[in-house]
Amino acid sequence: MRRGIAASALVAALAVTLAACGSSGSSGGSAPAAGASVDPSTVSGSVTYWDTSDAKAEAPTYQAVIADFEKKYPNIKVNYVNVPFGDAQNKVKNAFSTGSGAPDVIRSEIAWTPELAADHYLLPLDGTSALVSADDFLPNPVAATKYDGKTYAVPQVTDTMALFYNKKMFAAAGIATPPKSIDELKTDSAQIKQKLGKTGFYLRGDDPYWSLSFLYGEGGDLVDANSKTVTVDNAAGVKAFSTIKDLVDSGAAKTSVTDGWANMMSDFQSGNVAMMINGPWSLATINSGGGEFTDKSNLGIAVVPAGSVTQAAPQGGQSYAIYAGSKNTAASQVFVQYMASPEAQAKIFQGTGALPTRKSVWAEPAIADTDEAKFFKDAIDKAHQRPWIPEGGTLFDPLKTEYTAMLSGKESPQTAAKNTGDAYRKNLGWK
Amino acid sequence: MAAVDTTTGRPGAPAAGGDTPARGPRRAAGTPAGRLRLALSKHWYAWTLVAPVAIVIAVIVGYPLVQGIYLSTTNANDQNSEKQIGQFLHIPATYKSVGLGNYTDILFGANTTFWARLGWTVSWTVACVGISFLIGLALAIMLNRQVRFRALYRTLLILPWAVPAFVSTFSWRFIMNHDRGFLNHALQALGLPAVDWLNDPSIAQISVIIVNIWLSFPFVMVAVLGGLQSIPAELYEAAEMDGATPWQKFWYITLPALRPVSSTVILLSTIWTFNMFPVIFLLTNGGPGDSTQLLVTYAYNKAFTGMRQFGESSAWGVIILLILVVFAVFYRRSLRKQGEVW
Repeated sequence: MRRGIAASALVAALAVTLAACGSSGSSGGSAPAAGASVDPSTVSGSVTYWDTSDAKAEAPTYQAVIADFEKKYPNIKVNYVNVPFGDAQNKVKNAFSTGSGAPDVIRSEIAWTPELAADHYLLPLDGTSALVSADDFLPNPVAATKYDGKTYAVPQVTDTMALFYNKKMFAAAGIATPPKSIDELKTDSAQIKQKLGKTGFYLRGDDPYWSLSFLYGEGGDLVDANSKTVTVDNAAGVKAFSTIKDLVDSGAAKTSVTDGWANMMSDFQSGNVAMMINGPWSLATINSGGGEFTDKSNLGIAVVPAGSVTQAAPQGGQSYAIYAGSKNTAASQVFVQYMASPEAQAKIFQGTGALPTRKSVWAEPAIADTDEAKFFKDAIDKAHQRPWIPEGGTLFDPLKTEYTAMLSGKESPQTAAKNTGDAYRKNLGWK
Repeated sequence: MAAVDTTTGRPGAPAAGGDTPARGPRRAAGTPAGRLRLALSKHWYAWTLVAPVAIVIAVIVGYPLVQGIYLSTTNANDQNSEKQIGQFLHIPATYKSVGLGNYTDILFGANTTFWARLGWTVSWTVACVGISFLIGLALAIMLNRQVRFRALYRTLLILPWAVPAFVSTFSWRFIMNHDRGFLNHALQALGLPAVDWLNDPSIAQISVIIVNIWLSFPFVMVAVLGGLQSIPAELYEAAEMDGATPWQKFWYITLPALRPVSSTVILLSTIWTFNMFPVIFLLTNGGPGDSTQLLVTYAYNKAFTGMRQFGESSAWGVIILLILVVFAVFYRRSLRKQGEVW
């Protein structure tokens, strides 16, 4: 990946001179002062877009929106590439660090944005045509697009997690309302097992993102970015780990540390479990997969069960970000502007159930009146912000190792929490 | 012989009438420079033929190796590595040398997982190589006899090897799924309890070994079969004349005759298994916890997940390389002691 020293020095010298020119390289050569100053219809070029949405359930909707875009702007050609989410972060970094084969626009998981921005890979978007009516976006998704005072991404969809439940199974077990706390979840699970012979709850065991609501519920968090302190192994963290372990040990929940997603979705869909915690991104699969939810109204959605301190689920979502080295910045900005526009967001919501990030879209009756929107509007406004730090990439890998070690009985909750904390201190250099 | 000081190889007093001291093959043959000259003048065409290969290998193996060793002494990661963003923005590398810091951290650091990883990697290698060798040997001996449908058996037994490893591994992942996998359905149909193939730390270790054996025994079988067919039949006939038992024939003829093949097979399998990536990565991804994480998959995780630590990962890579080099050297030496030359 390293090039010749002479060439590097030359390019470095160029970079210094060009840095003053700023990074907004529109094809006309004049930097747009404000979003409205470039007439999008005059822009031409091609945009390579890396999408990480589910290739089967979600991607067709995005491709349809892109087709609309190409119809509206015939001078801009979009090269759509679907990259599996699991490989994407690595692929994006490889492409961005060398510039070869790099996409112009990516779908950035919101936690990637600060890391990619700190690595100088992303184009600042303040005042460009990518970011129009910026104050129309919900404040929570916007929080994750900022780094060092600048905006590096435009929110695409937002999400948080909720308790999904099977209404028919609840009725058959004689349960009237979904559980509000983890204790109630345990009693309901016991009742479901007794009446229906099924496990009540599926806990996803191979991805620790699914454990965050339990951690927040005990008043804990992974780290405290303000005071630069690791908090995952404090008393609240240990309590959360023990609560999760107890759910599985007591038989209230089943789990798998290798095939969590596939087993969870198939068990929920086929009525083998009555409850799971999941995000709106799973709606597309649930609604299209038949089984217990051929009748859509059988799906109940409720707030995640509360821990002993509070009731909270993590802030998630996806954004559009533009590569700083893109040769097609003007076209990319027009593309992002369109993809984040109210009409595109409405279409994406209708096609996939992924939640919009614009206040104006939430205000539309066709969207506001759906059950998902009614439920999730409140949830996403209260979602628990994750630490938006460049080092975000160091948080999940150690947690995953310890989380699966604990769930498989290899480690105690105390050891798992402590090992995670130790790994964070080593990686972040925090106390 | 006075022209060159043969102990140091330096030219001594000028040779009579000559300004090139080491002239002529006979006179200079004893010095390193002279030997090189001799080799060059005698075998220049061979050197010319070899040169392109040597250069290509130096570039594609040597350069990354040297680069990796260099990186292993730095704190290089995503943030401080060199970047070429677009055409004009170049960010030079800002990582610093940490000397042998990565190595001491890996080997003796406070929370080191190296020794546990090494222990599991060695047990995994020994179990996989040992069992797949025994299975391959047994099958090869069976297939070497005249049995009906021999060609069919051979084809079927080579199949696991012919299918790409990632395809087989994914199939095994489905087969071993706790709730929906074939294995547990079969066990339950027989009235046996389901086994948590991939979710229990110790059973997961056994599962990955089973899958790897399934993938690797055909190679042993094919190689040993080749070795078996090269053993002259007269040896067995002579042994029969002497009244040898089948066991004696196996022990005193077959095994010694197979030694060149089996020693190569074991060396290769050991190196492959030690560094076997797809089986672990696709079947358990190192889990549950890190119970099936090999040295090589751990090094991969360091280099390619989350915030990528190139320096630390390179140090893991160099350590893995050193372990294998030491193993290969000792293995060769022990074979040579037994009279084996290869």
